[in-house]
Amino acid sequence: MAPAQPEGLPGPLDGLLPASAAAGSAERTLSLYVHVPFCAVRCGYCDFNTYTAVELGPGVSQDAYAGDAAAEVRWARRVLEDSGAAPRPLHSVFFGGGTPTLLPAEDLAAILAQARESFGLADGAEVTTEANPDSVTPESLAVLAAAGVTRVSFGMQSAVPHVLAVLDRTHDPDNVPRAVRWAREAGLGVSVDLIYGTPGESLADWERSVRTAVGYEPDHVSAYSLIIEDGTRLAARMRRGEVPPIDEDDQADKYELADRVLGEAGFEWYEVSNWARPAGGADAGAHRSRHNLAYWRNQDWWGIGPGAHSHVGGTRWWNLKHPVPYTNRVRAGQSPAAGRENLDEGTRHLERVMLEARIRDGLPTAALAEDGRAAVAGLIADGLVEPAAALRGSVVLTLRGRLLGDAVVRRLLA
Amino acid sequence: MSPLAVNAPVPASTDPSILRNFCIIAHIDHGKSTLADRMLQATGVVTPREMKAQYLDRMDIERERGITIKSQAVRMPWNVAGTDYALNMIDTPGHVDFTYEVSRSLAACEGALLLVDAAQGIEAQTLANLYLAMENDLTIIPVLNKIDLPAAQPEKYAQELGNLIGVDPDDVLRVSGKTGEGVEALLDRIVREVPPPEGRADAPSRAMIFDSVYDTYRGVVTYIRVVDGKLTPRERIRMMSTGAQHELLEIGVISPEPKPTQGLGVGEVGYLITGVKDVRQSRVGDTVTNHQRPAAENLGGYEDPKPMVFSGLFPIDGSDYPVLRDALDKLQLNDAALVYEPENSAALGFGFRCGFLGLLHLEITRDRLEREFDLDLISTAPSVSYNVTLEDHSERVVTNPSEFPEGKIAEIREPMVAATVLAPSEFIGAIMELCQSKRGQLKGMDYLSEDRVELRYRLPLAEIVFDFFDQLKSRTKGYASLDWKAEGEEAADLVKVDILLQGEPVDAFSAITHRDKAYAYGVMMTGKLRELIPRQQFEVPIQAAIGSRVIARENIRAIRKDVLSKCYGGDISRKRKLLEKQKEGKKRMKMVGRVEVPQEAFVAALSSDEAGAKDKKK
Repeated sequence: MAPAQPEGLPGPLDGLLPASAAAGSAERTLSLYVHVPFCAVRCGYCDFNTYTAVELGPGVSQDAYAGDAAAEVRWARRVLEDSGAAPRPLHSVFFGGGTPTLLPAEDLAAILAQARESFGLADGAEVTTEANPDSVTPESLAVLAAAGVTRVSFGMQSAVPHVLAVLDRTHDPDNVPRAVRWAREAGLGVSVDLIYGTPGESLADWERSVRTAVGYEPDHVSAYSLIIEDGTRLAARMRRGEVPPIDEDDQADKYELADRVLGEAGFEWYEVSNWARPAGGADAGAHRSRHNLAYWRNQDWWGIGPGAHSHVGGTRWWNLKHPVPYTNRVRAGQSPAAGRENLDEGTRHLERVMLEARIRDGLPTAALAEDGRAAVAGLIADGLVEPAAALRGSVVLTLRGRLLGDAVVRRLLA
Repeated sequence: MSPLAVNAPVPASTDPSILRNFCIIAHIDHGKSTLADRMLQATGVVTPREMKAQYLDRMDIERERGITIKSQAVRMPWNVAGTDYALNMIDTPGHVDFTYEVSRSLAACEGALLLVDAAQGIEAQTLANLYLAMENDLTIIPVLNKIDLPAAQPEKYAQELGNLIGVDPDDVLRVSGKTGEGVEALLDRIVREVPPPEGRADAPSRAMIFDSVYDTYRGVVTYIRVVDGKLTPRERIRMMSTGAQHELLEIGVISPEPKPTQGLGVGEVGYLITGVKDVRQSRVGDTVTNHQRPAAENLGGYEDPKPMVFSGLFPIDGSDYPVLRDALDKLQLNDAALVYEPENSAALGFGFRCGFLGLLHLEITRDRLEREFDLDLISTAPSVSYNVTLEDHSERVVTNPSEFPEGKIAEIREPMVAATVLAPSEFIGAIMELCQSKRGQLKGMDYLSEDRVELRYRLPLAEIVFDFFDQLKSRTKGYASLDWKAEGEEAADLVKVDILLQGEPVDAFSAITHRDKAYAYGVMMTGKLRELIPRQQFEVPIQAAIGSRVIARENIRAIRKDVLSKCYGGDISRKRKLLEKQKEGKKRMKMVGRVEVPQEAFVAALSSDEAGAKDKKK
C-alpha cells in the first residue's frame, strides 16, 4: 500500500522533456533523490512507497536494486542532455525511503559512484542518507563516508517507548545516541527526525523527545506533525476508535514547544518543519539541508527509483510505483515514469508561493501578484508575517504564521 | 342491466337534467385518488390496462407526497334505470394551503362525496372542507372508504359521520377503492341524490374558472364550469375581472384525456385553451363571458391569491441567480399564488423574497425548483406579514426581518389564524400544552365522538408556520390533524433578534419573534452556529441581540494550526492539489465581515431539522 499518485499525462517512453523544462536550467541547481523502497517492517503511520520482502513478490530483489538505480542515473543523464538541459554537477544527493540502510553500504556507495560519474558533484555538495538507528554500524558508516556521504538523517521519531509503540517503530531508543556517536566518528553531519502529535503522546512526552534529541547534539532537527493518511494501519485503528483522533491544538502546543526548546539550544528554524544549528565559518547556513531547500526553492531534481518524483523546470513526473514494472522499464531502456504534468504559468506561480513562503529566507514580495502583495499588510496586522522582513521585500512567517502557513499561502494567492 | 352507459351524452348538447357535477372531499391519505381510479374503470372511461395508479395526479411530487395539488375534472358516462347520465368528477386539492382553490372547486359542483377512511375517522382539514361544501349548499354523500382494511371500524365512524351531517348512520355508504366494492352503488347514488345543475341556456354566457394549469405544448389550460349560456370554439371571450379578451382556440372535456367538443353548455364542466402562456391571465375564481354579448354581472367569489408565508430563496451557487429567476418565471405560469421579488442579502447574495399560501406551498415550490431546474437553494426561515405602526403614526408592512423598522415603534400587529385540531381525546393535554407554548388562546372544545375531540384555537400565524405541525404530529403520535384559516390580526410584543458574527449582523439569521421567545431563539441560533462555523484565524464571538442589547453569546476559538508539515518526498503535486482543494473550499464560503462561513452552515442553520430532531428525542 502506498499513496495514490497524482493524475497526469502518461509519461513518454523516451522520457524526453519539453523545451520549457530545459529553458533556464543553467540558472537552477540539479539534485538527485534516490528512493530505496524497502523496509524490514512497515510502520503503522507510513504511507510512503515502500515494501517489505514479503510484499515485494518474485522477480525483484533488494540485491539487484543498486544496479537498476544506477541504470536510471545513467538514463537521467542522457535524457537531460537530449532534452537540451545544461550539464550541471549535482548540488545534493539524498537517499530516502523506505530504509536506505537496509541496503549494504556498498550498494549505496555504488549508486553514488554512478551519480558522480554521470553528473559529477558540485563543490560542497551535500550527500545525505536516511538511516534507521538500528541498521547502521561503525563499519557501514565508515564505508558511506568514504564513498562521499556527508550527512546522516536518523529516524528517531520519539524518545518515549509508548509513543514509538503506537508508531510501530521497532528501534531501541537507546541505540540512537550510539548511532549518532558513530556517525560523528565517521566525520558525518547528523540530523534527527522527530514526529509530534502521536495519539497518546503527552506534552511532557514530547518535551522529553525534543530535549533528548537536543542532547545528542545533532546539526539539524526535523519535526513533523503526525498526519493520519488514508490506507494506513493507524487510520484504520483511528476509525475503529482504538486510538484518539488528532488534536490540532495539541499539535500547535507541541510545535511551539519544539521551537522554544530548539531555539534555547541554539537551533534556528529555516523551514516550517526544519531547524539547524548555525555553522561557524563563512557559511552560517551550512547545516541547513541543501537538498530540502532545493525542493522548497523549486530547483531541479531527478528522483531515482520506484514511485520517485522529479521536477525539471516546471515539468513534474513520477515513476511507476511498484518495483517490478519499474525495474522492467529501466532494464528495457525505457522511461519508468508513470505520469507527468507540464505546469502552466499560473500553476508555477502558485507552487512558488506555496513552497517559498515556508522558508526562513522568505518569498520575495515582488514574486507575488498584485492581490497577493496587497494581502501582506493584513498578514502583518494579524501577526502572521514578519513586519521588518516584509519592509525589506520578503514574506517571512512569524511563529504563529508558520502554524497557519497554509492559510497564509491561501491569502497570498487569493 | 349493465350500468355502463349505452350512448354517452354528447357534450355541448347535453340536457342539464342528465348532468351531475360532484367533487370528493377527503383527507390526504384517505384514498380519494384510488377511489377516483375505480370510478374511471367502472364507467369504462379507462380500461384496466390503461389504468395508471392514481391517474389524476400527474406530477411526480404529487405522486410522491400523495397530494393532489391541481384539481382536474373528468367526464364519465353512467346509466341508471335506462337513462344515460354524464357525471363530472371535479378533483379538489386536499391541503389547507389551497383553501381558496378548494372553495372554487366546490362552487363548480352540486354535490360532494365526503370520503373518510374507515380506520381513521374524519380529519380536521376534511371537516373544514365539509363546512365549505355545506356553505355552498352542496348535497353531501357520506362515504366510508377502505372497508377492506382489518382495522376498519365502519360502525363507529358511520356514527361519527351521521352525527356530523345529521343523517342516519345506515345511509353512510361503505366502499373499498382498493377492491372496488360499493363503487357502482356509489355512482348510482350520485345520480339519484346530486341535483342537476340549473342555468339559463339563452342568457349571455358565464363560466367560472376553477383551475388553470400551464402546459408546455398548449399554453394555459383553463378548467371551467359553465353556468349560463354556451361557449363555442372560435368565439371571442372575455375575462370579467381584467377585461382581457382571447380567442377560444379549443374547448372540450376530459375523459380522461382532453377531447375537443363543439362547445360546452349549461352545467357542463370542461377545459378551454386560448393560447395564453401565463396562468395569471386565467385566474381561478374569475368569470368567462362572450366578448360581443357579455354578461352584466360576474359570478362572484373571485379573490386575488393572498400570500401568507414569506421566505427568501437564494441559490447556493451565486451564478445560478439567472436560472432561479427563469425558474420562478416558469413556475408562476402555473401558480398564480406564487409571488416574488428580487432580494439582496449581505450574507446570501442575490435571491428572491417569495410569498406562499402556506408552508406546504413553500416546500412544494422549493422542491420543484430544485428538482425541475436542478438548483441548490437556501431558504430563509419562513416569516409572516406584520403591520407596524411607528410613533409618528406612519404604517409599514414587514414581511422580512431586514425591513423591521429601526425607529420608535408604537405597535406591531401580527396575522392570526383560527386553528382546528382533531385528535383522540387522550392527547388533549399534549395539544393544549403545545398551543399554549405557541401563544394560542383556546376558543372551544367539542367531542365528535366518545374518544375524539375538536379543539379550536386562535394562534399567531407566525407560530404555526415554523414547526408547529411537526410538533403536533410528534406529540400526538401522528393522530392529530390540523386545519387553519386566516382570522384578522392582533397587536403583540414582537422584537427583532439579530445574530452577529464578530459584531457584524448576519441578515439571513435575523428573526422577528415574541419578546418572551427571543432568548430561546438567540441561544438556539448561536449554539447551532458555534457548531457549524469552522474555526478561523481569530476568535469569533457569536451574539444574539435585540437592538444593542446582547441576549446570548457563544465563542468560536481561533484555529491554531493550519499547515501541512511535510512535503511527501518531493510529491509537490500532491501538496499543490491539497492547496487547490482548500482554495476551492474557500470559494464556497460566504464572507461575513472577515468570517468565512461555509454555505452548508447557512443551510444547516436555517433548516428546522434539528429542532424537529430535538423534539423527537424528548
